Amino acid sequence: MRTANRKHPQNGYRMALAPYSVWAALFVVVPLAFFAYYAFTDNQFAFTTENITRFFTATSNIVQDDGTSVEVRTYLLIFMRSVKLAVISTVICLLMGYPIAYIMAQAKERTQKTMVTLIMIPMWMNFLIRTYAWMTILQDTGILNGFLSTLGIGTVHIIGTEAAVIIGMVYDYFPYMVLPIYSILAKLDNRLLEAARDLGCGSLSVLRRVIIPLSMPGVISGITMVLIPSISTFYISQKLGNGKFFLIGDAIEGQYVANNLHFAAAIAFILMLILLVCMAVVKYVTARYVYGGDEE
Amino acid sequence: MKTSAKIYSGIVFAILFAPILVLLVFSFNDAKSLSVFSGFSLKWYRELLNDRNTLEAVRNTLVLAASATVISTIMGTAAAVGINKLRTKWSKAVMNTVTDIPMTNPDIITGISLMLMFVFVGRLFGAATSLSFWTMLIAHVTFCLPYVILQILPKLRQMDKSLPEAAMDLGCTPVGAFFKVELPEILPGIITGAIMAFTLSLDDFVISYFTSGNGFETLPIRIYGMTKKTVTPKMYALATIIFFVTLGLLMISNLVDEKDEAK
Repeated sequence: MRTANRKHPQNGYRMALAPYSVWAALFVVVPLAFFAYYAFTDNQFAFTTENITRFFTATSNIVQDDGTSVEVRTYLLIFMRSVKLAVISTVICLLMGYPIAYIMAQAKERTQKTMVTLIMIPMWMNFLIRTYAWMTILQDTGILNGFLSTLGIGTVHIIGTEAAVIIGMVYDYFPYMVLPIYSILAKLDNRLLEAARDLGCGSLSVLRRVIIPLSMPGVISGITMVLIPSISTFYISQKLGNGKFFLIGDAIEGQYVANNLHFAAAIAFILMLILLVCMAVVKYVTARYVYGGDEE
Repeated sequence: MKTSAKIYSGIVFAILFAPILVLLVFSFNDAKSLSVFSGFSLKWYRELLNDRNTLEAVRNTLVLAASATVISTIMGTAAAVGINKLRTKWSKAVMNTVTDIPMTNPDIITGISLMLMFVFVGRLFGAATSLSFWTMLIAHVTFCLPYVILQILPKLRQMDKSLPEAAMDLGCTPVGAFFKVELPEILPGIITGAIMAFTLSLDDFVISYFTSGNGFETLPIRIYGMTKKTVTPKMYALATIIFFVTLGLLMISNLVDEKDEAK
């Protein structure tokens, strides 16, 4: 009886998993294959590497501030810009978010819960409208400048600059940095910190030698969760950068709208490969330097 | 908390809530402006209620989110139960990787890859446009599933494994043991997973944008269309309403969690 029971559930469990397995194969794995297929074919679905070479070689002229025109590699420029803005935003999120995560973890339990909810609330406001609201705040005749001129400070020009795009990215993805770091810091064993202090560590050195190394897994997932969406975003730059700072996501969307599906797939394919490499590097570095040894 | 910590958190939260405050305030603006407040009025809310297309989009969004939630919750619960019982290392690794893909891939890649497949398959059947409610539903179920599964798996791992065995020894069928013993144990995970799926589906723009066809417009897609033209406080009124609805859902899911922890 027992053996029969043991055998039957195993079949039952397989049956339970079957619909999801089929679904994931059809709608997760197969689409990725289509993606590669489109990237390496032309409109007649004949094999070509044209789309990939176009990404690396297409050029266009841009007019600089002093009126001279320079020829640039269009997509490489867009790509480098995406990486630059995403990295800057991620660093700002980390520098601003780590202290908040630390403050949260040190607070009383009741306060901690409130703070987590407060951090999460902006995420529940539609992302397009949030970004649009920033546009009305940062505009030359917007709320911020109205406020500054009432104070008699004068006005600042932010909208349409890279700074505005960075503000948008930092704002939109900030919670993704804070929450994973917080969840690690909140579970930190306080006895470790006491032990470090007892052994003669000052507060700074407790932070540097104990807290930061132990919180690395949270930092890594925070970095991943901010870097990936900000490198691939396509709305923020259109609204806050006045369309002047095309990012890789805008390039993909533009090709999609123009119905160049094969080239859109090629750009997205390159983006995905680069992200995979980045993640592998991040994983390797963490494994090597965080869990590996304690040498400085 | 130290004073410096209080000041710093104050500043950060002020920045986090600034745009939301702007939205709430200007949705009640008397005039059309989004940066000068001239007086309190409910006129944009009234206008919103008379906007047929927006109401239609609200209906579409709710229908889509509800369908995606039901399908992904049922399939995801079954999948979590199955994954939890996998024995070989490689089958676990395969399932984990596949489940991770939609979560780690940028939305734009998930959206584009599904769109390409839909367009290709549609063309095989000679359809002029293959993107519709159904393609969106497939896309939404696909990106909701991993979140549902990852909410339920930990509950299954925490559960005492001898409980269903005891039920079976006492004469329960395996299916009966699942519904009478396991399901009540993992129910909080299922509810949180379902609420997450619902809110993710409500809020999704990028994947919907690439997989939606003519004739079926959800709210985020309508909002995207609206922000391409001049925006009136009507859109803010809409955002305010969505905000409080999602906030309400979030609070319910917190309550479920708290109750579960209290046990």
